Amino acid sequence: MPTTTAPLPLPERFPADSIQLREGLDQPTWIVRREILVDLARELTADPETGFDLLLDLCGVDYPDREERFEVVYHLASLRGGGRLRLKVPVPEDDPVLPSLIDVWKGADWFEREVYDMFGLHFEGHPNLRRILTHEAFQGHPLRKDYDPARRWILTEDKMYRPQPEPPMDAEDDMFERMTINIGPSHPAMHGTFRVVATLDGEIISASEVEIGYLHRCFEKMAETHTWQQVIPYTDRLNYCSSFINNVGYCRAVETLLNVEVPPRAVWARTILSEFSRVMDHCVCNGSSLVDSGALTNFWYLFQPREEIYGLLEACSGARLTVSYCRIGGLAADLPPDFEARCRALLETIPAFIDDVEKLIVSNRIWLDRAVGIAAIGGEEAVNWGWTGPCLRASGVDYDVRRDNPYDLYDTVDWDVPVFHGGDVHDRFRVRISEIRESLKIIRQLLDRGMPEGPFIVDDPHVALPPKEVAYNQMEAMIYHFKLIMDGIQVPPGEIYSAVEGANGELGFYVLSDGSGKPYRIKVRPPCFPIFSTFSRLINGGTISDAVVSLGGLNVIAGELER
Amino acid sequence: MIGESWVTTTFEKLEEWGRNNSFWPLPFGTACCAIEFMSVVSSHYDMARFGYEVVRFSPRQSDVMIVAGTITDKMAPVMKKIYDQMPDPKWVVSMGACACSGGFYRAYHVMQGIDELIPVDVYVPGCPPSPEGLMYGILQLKEKIERDTKKRRKREKAKRADDDGSVAAA
Ligand code: SF4
Repeated sequence: MPTTTAPLPLPERFPADSIQLREGLDQPTWIVRREILVDLARELTADPETGFDLLLDLCGVDYPDREERFEVVYHLASLRGGGRLRLKVPVPEDDPVLPSLIDVWKGADWFEREVYDMFGLHFEGHPNLRRILTHEAFQGHPLRKDYDPARRWILTEDKMYRPQPEPPMDAEDDMFERMTINIGPSHPAMHGTFRVVATLDGEIISASEVEIGYLHRCFEKMAETHTWQQVIPYTDRLNYCSSFINNVGYCRAVETLLNVEVPPRAVWARTILSEFSRVMDHCVCNGSSLVDSGALTNFWYLFQPREEIYGLLEACSGARLTVSYCRIGGLAADLPPDFEARCRALLETIPAFIDDVEKLIVSNRIWLDRAVGIAAIGGEEAVNWGWTGPCLRASGVDYDVRRDNPYDLYDTVDWDVPVFHGGDVHDRFRVRISEIRESLKIIRQLLDRGMPEGPFIVDDPHVALPPKEVAYNQMEAMIYHFKLIMDGIQVPPGEIYSAVEGANGELGFYVLSDGSGKPYRIKVRPPCFPIFSTFSRLINGGTISDAVVSLGGLNVIAGELER
Repeated sequence: MIGESWVTTTFEKLEEWGRNNSFWPLPFGTACCAIEFMSVVSSHYDMARFGYEVVRFSPRQSDVMIVAGTITDKMAPVMKKIYDQMPDPKWVVSMGACACSGGFYRAYHVMQGIDELIPVDVYVPGCPPSPEGLMYGILQLKEKIERDTKKRRKREKAKRADDDGSVAAA
């Protein structure tokens, strides 16, 4: 269902002063008193046609000068009706409590813990309100404006948190062979930095607890201390398997606030490179999740196309992984002269690798035994947990930002959104393979259309740096250059939530500007954050070896998860 | 006596030669740099050409720890523990700006370089370092170990000569 941003009628049943309407630049905004929050949320989800079934994001904002210092911002979407809504709940500093929405949207669980961690707000009714990103010895709440960005606290081993997942006790439970094991955070199956503590009954996981935060690099605080352009390299390191898409997502949000029009050449290149990045990301995800189930050959097969796409990105930007190729208003540099030829060569070579892997896997008995029916989740439940992207489409929900809320050139090309219905590891794999093919389809059409002529970045001295030759030779251009470097882009006050389809799902940037040269607040909606919060629910009741396979299929990227 | 010592040195040399050409790296990969580390071990760059392909995730089996990625304060005790679990002799390669110095994360949750906690033998700069960069770093480590053992052997020899001399004098 395409997204609409038409104003919604205010529900009448609540007292008149408990909801105020604000016109948002991007979507309707309601300011809500916390007393009615839970009732309102229930009412908003109730309608089977237009109800807001997806809690996209939940974050806090600190306004030290306001009477009610904090504000908690909820971004809601209705996948059935296409609506979008932003709720803002003011919270005073001396009574920092608001009700938890975990009963309405299960996905609120980790988001609320994050707000607690970052701002110190308490969510009444949350069953497990602990710090989530920072460590146990941490003091204070880092995203408050008065927290010094470089103030560190040292964690020693004896203070480390030791989860004790308590399995439900029932009459038949004879405690036979029960033991608790710790996997991670440094464990090959945990892809870097996740930690799962599981209580096993024989080989079956009867309870588990997930601990994250081992790669919390303070992206949001860093963004507040840098100018708008300087944030771009930080966005690379969110989902570092497809860093270009993050660049695009962030730049689009700022461009909307600035109201600048990106030249067609840059839009064209952004679309193509985003799709190549998606291919790369899916290759890494499928490759490494197959390694987890023992299928090593595919890893080599899938890493080769990725290596070749790196070649293309390196030719454009000079970097392989962390490209930082977007700029606000366009691209960092013009496309290389052999861009088209390189893309065509990639289109020739990639399908063979994908076909090979598919042939090796889809009818492979061992893989099917390991993947079919494993870590399955239904569509409705997945939405309630906040899932988006390929994992959601594997559960039968047909939602893709590129089609439902089109940006760049996606509405001008002909492509399909692959949907599978099993909701298990197997279908997540299949969705990704099909999406790689769709991406290549998009790229091919755009290449056939030809590269648009013209500039690669807007010709606006308040946004884009003037070319070097001009800056060296003309006084005016030099002044602009100086101003942009020293003061940064001056983004007008305002707020925007803008989303692109990242490789993992809806990658949203909620950007707040107060008109100073730096972002007031940037909140990323990391698509794998709500997905990973479901992990315990997915693996409980399965065997320990299934847990490993299901983690690989979710494609959780630590940089994006923990920022 | 002479025969015996001749055997010992040769064995030492043999061992050294074997060790320097077949590190067993422990990839302590946490972030973006780990992705580049994967490139180094996969087919295109292929670290196996130098003999360093036996990547072991168990600290007990490895002798070079490659710290690839940002180390946060939350991860620090884990890293220290894994380092402590590695048997001697052991070396550490710090891959990437983050591991070397915290990189551009001058922030409340990020270690400003892993040498706050464990000794580092080779720093490989870059964000992320190119695969060639990491390979160069590992070859540097190899040279460093060779240099160190040569020095050590020289020192030992001098000490032996010294001891002999003093024995003779007495
Ligand atoms: S040095 Fe750069 S690439 Fe490596 S982990 Fe740090 S941010 Fe990522």
